[in-house]
Amino acid sequence: MTFLPKPKLHHPKLAENGLGFTRRDYEGSISTLCAGCGHDSISAAIIHACFELDLPPHRIAKLSGIGCSSKTPTYFLGNSHGFNSVHGRMPSVLTGANLANRDLIYLGVSGDGDSASIGFGQFAHSIRRGVNMTYIVENNGVYGLTKGQFSATADKGAKSKKGVANNDEAIDLVAVALQLGATYVGRSFSGDKAQLIPLIKGALAHKGAAFIDCLSPCVTFNNHEGSTKSFDYVREHNAAVNFLDVIEGREEITADYPAGSVEIVRQHDGSLLKLRKLANDYDATDRIAAMNFLQQHHARGEIVTGLLYVDGESGDMHDLLGTAQHPLNGMNDDMLCPGSAALEKLNASLR
Amino acid sequence: MSQLQAVNDFVVKFANVNGSGSASANKLFAQSILRMGVTATPRNIFPSNIQGLPTWYEVRISEKGYMGARGGTDLMVAMNPQTWDQDIKSIVPGGYLFYDSTRVIPPSKFRADVNVIGVPLTAICNAQYTLSRERQLFKNIIYVGALSALLDIDPDAIKGLLAEQFRGRDKLIQANYNALELGRDYALKNLACPIGLTVRRADQIGDRILFEGNAAAGLGAVYGGATVCAWYPITPSTSLAEGFTKYCEKFRKDKETGEKRYAIIQAEDELASIGMVIGAGWNGARAFTATSGPGISLMQEFLGLAYFAEIPAVLFDVQRAGPSTGMPTRTQQCDVLSAAYASHGDTKHILLFPEDPNECFVMGAQAFDLADRLQTPVFVMLDLDIGMNDRLCAPFKWDDTKRMDRGKVMTAAELDAGRDFGRYLDVDGDGIPYRTYPGTHPTKGSFFTRGTSRDRYARYTEEGAAYQDNMERLLKKFRTAATIVPPAIRRDAKDATKLGAIYFGSTAPAMDEAIDMLAATGIAIDALRIRAFPFGAEVETFIEEHDQVFVVEQNRDAQMRTLLINELEINPKKLQRVLHYDGSPITASFIAGAIEDTAASLKIVPLRKAVS
Repeated sequence: MTFLPKPKLHHPKLAENGLGFTRRDYEGSISTLCAGCGHDSISAAIIHACFELDLPPHRIAKLSGIGCSSKTPTYFLGNSHGFNSVHGRMPSVLTGANLANRDLIYLGVSGDGDSASIGFGQFAHSIRRGVNMTYIVENNGVYGLTKGQFSATADKGAKSKKGVANNDEAIDLVAVALQLGATYVGRSFSGDKAQLIPLIKGALAHKGAAFIDCLSPCVTFNNHEGSTKSFDYVREHNAAVNFLDVIEGREEITADYPAGSVEIVRQHDGSLLKLRKLANDYDATDRIAAMNFLQQHHARGEIVTGLLYVDGESGDMHDLLGTAQHPLNGMNDDMLCPGSAALEKLNASLR
Repeated sequence: MSQLQAVNDFVVKFANVNGSGSASANKLFAQSILRMGVTATPRNIFPSNIQGLPTWYEVRISEKGYMGARGGTDLMVAMNPQTWDQDIKSIVPGGYLFYDSTRVIPPSKFRADVNVIGVPLTAICNAQYTLSRERQLFKNIIYVGALSALLDIDPDAIKGLLAEQFRGRDKLIQANYNALELGRDYALKNLACPIGLTVRRADQIGDRILFEGNAAAGLGAVYGGATVCAWYPITPSTSLAEGFTKYCEKFRKDKETGEKRYAIIQAEDELASIGMVIGAGWNGARAFTATSGPGISLMQEFLGLAYFAEIPAVLFDVQRAGPSTGMPTRTQQCDVLSAAYASHGDTKHILLFPEDPNECFVMGAQAFDLADRLQTPVFVMLDLDIGMNDRLCAPFKWDDTKRMDRGKVMTAAELDAGRDFGRYLDVDGDGIPYRTYPGTHPTKGSFFTRGTSRDRYARYTEEGAAYQDNMERLLKKFRTAATIVPPAIRRDAKDATKLGAIYFGSTAPAMDEAIDMLAATGIAIDALRIRAFPFGAEVETFIEEHDQVFVVEQNRDAQMRTLLINELEINPKKLQRVLHYDGSPITASFIAGAIEDTAASLKIVPLRKAVS
């Protein structure tokens, strides 16, 4: 980490987005993570994505659990309300926050210990409820803050920094998210900004449970020979299926692409997702096929990345519950309290 | 043989098989007595089971209006062969046994000092009905009919209730009338009616209502403006969330669009329930969970977070006996300490103790104002006895001019006007800071919510002085809480006395009766009903003004007594334990007996010297 305070001034010609904000308006305080940490790249990608999408920073709520990844919400979106909750329980807190006000954008940031071990249950249930959120797991396969223990996403046979092999099967959060009905599922790599930023943008624009598993090597505890979450390993085994562009609004697709090389998905909010295919046989709108593809490539030792599945027609938890459009936290007495007359009637029926 | 004689003052106990449909017939019996203007208090004693195990329904009829459990049975309606022996045993000498005489039961199975009333219920039923479900359900109505003749209950009172219950379904009403008459006819023709126990019309009920505490608390949450309910099924709290659901569907669903002005989530466990409640509370919605002791145990970590991060949350804890399954369908007040000091670190929480369904409603609504005002978790401590039983109580009232107290919430306009916003800054000297809802203002008022590591402006710090400063402010806030929670209610004896009794929650009706019983034996005692924690000044005063104070509670470890000693620095010798914890509701005779015994033994000790 650096101890230099972040300068408040910025270049007068710094680009502004549609709301007149600069990228700096989406930043947070200075990171206290290790220099070179993959998580900082993800924070930068979140800042970039929110800036480019013209999101008002205060309309985003960022929530996290406990761990290195969960510390990062301090380092981006300084004008957003943030909530550093308890270990593994971000999903329930986010679900409750979403119930209270359906009008905000919810960004949940978690890690592999937070989501695949202590919070595995909450991760799973928030996905199956279709909570409208972007859920990013900054996945490095180790517990950083407690100095290098394996997490549940560490691959079987992977070696720790001290040379001990992991004997337990790894949990693939992407596979679980697909199985539990996440309507937007992606995997990326903190070292691949070009792939990650559009993936986050697509997730933020998505209605429903959007899940991104982002491999994010731990430079201190899991970046050595024998690790399967190191920069080198992930680069070598990365099998990207597509490259995503998020096209905002309803602009026409005018460019010509060779047949079968591009897939366009229209999302609920009207945003268009343009997928340039890298694997010709991959269909990102076919959930069952995606699950099969994932398993086959996993067996070959490949890490499949890209936008793995998207349902452009997805709904969310509020649709399923039939909640009012007006946010619950803004309802007044007249909307909520049935009043004395109703009570008198009830009394009469109880005598 | 002696025959117990009593008018409007006896206990009827129904021994049934769980799942046989007896519950509604038994309730009909209790309600018919209420309709005759006589106090009747029903209590369910049920197993951890859906079908097949024994279940009991006890109705205490009291001329004096006592509603606590009494103990002992004057008339046993023995409908369950499994529990026959123990049921026979529980009848008081000279009492009555009502049973199905279709099958011959050997004389050795009866008691010589109990009056036996046989009605061939199965035979009557089988002669009349062919469908097995009809036989089962109408058998219950037939015994209600027979009992009405035996106890001189006005059949029109029962018919009126049946007509209301099945309004619009005339065939059903008539079928139930017929079954009722079958039972009445048999009794009137074949038995000496009435027996020594009779119900006589009176005028005790007034405008009171019969309702269940859990449903009342759920209704209170609707009136209190709760919009988010996250819960996990657990006996005996489940019917609270179900009550909320029922009244939300009735009152909060848009008639035209079907849109719901509420959200209810059955969570995956209690950890997720309280997590959702905290997330919703953080985001400005009124949110609650309903649970019981084991749920409170699971929520401990989150409760600490909510305490330190100062997030409003309401928890309804319907208390029951300890872990696992079985005894948990029995009542206790055993979560007082685990709720008051829930979680890690130095924490203290607000507790409310309703005495009956009316207070479940009142406190069920008030808890949300307190949680918002104090920005902290608030527990409403029910128990199985008030939660899952129908109880006569004052009718529900609501003041339409009342508005939700959302507490100190800073608005965008105030931020724009330049008001200083520090999330943990005590601006008013009451320890309560201002908060903002997420999304309030584009550039002002946002903050990062953490447990403890922050300063008055919610900036991250691990400085010891900042931590301590915050902890002191939280204490100040707790002292403020003591001034706004419902105060304890004091009721002094006619004669001056140095004896006092402290009690709370579902103990109230038994305590009322015990005070009268003690007065009859010459022991005058002042009583104080605690309604909330932290304790107001009136609690300390009460203890100071008495030489000996009995603390009556339904747990083994005298948890309220511990809380009083700990919080008010009371000399433990001054607080006498009166503890009832076998899972049955506490009775007046137990309380009076315990106090009498202790009072007698205390006279031997030079009491005043020991205390002063």
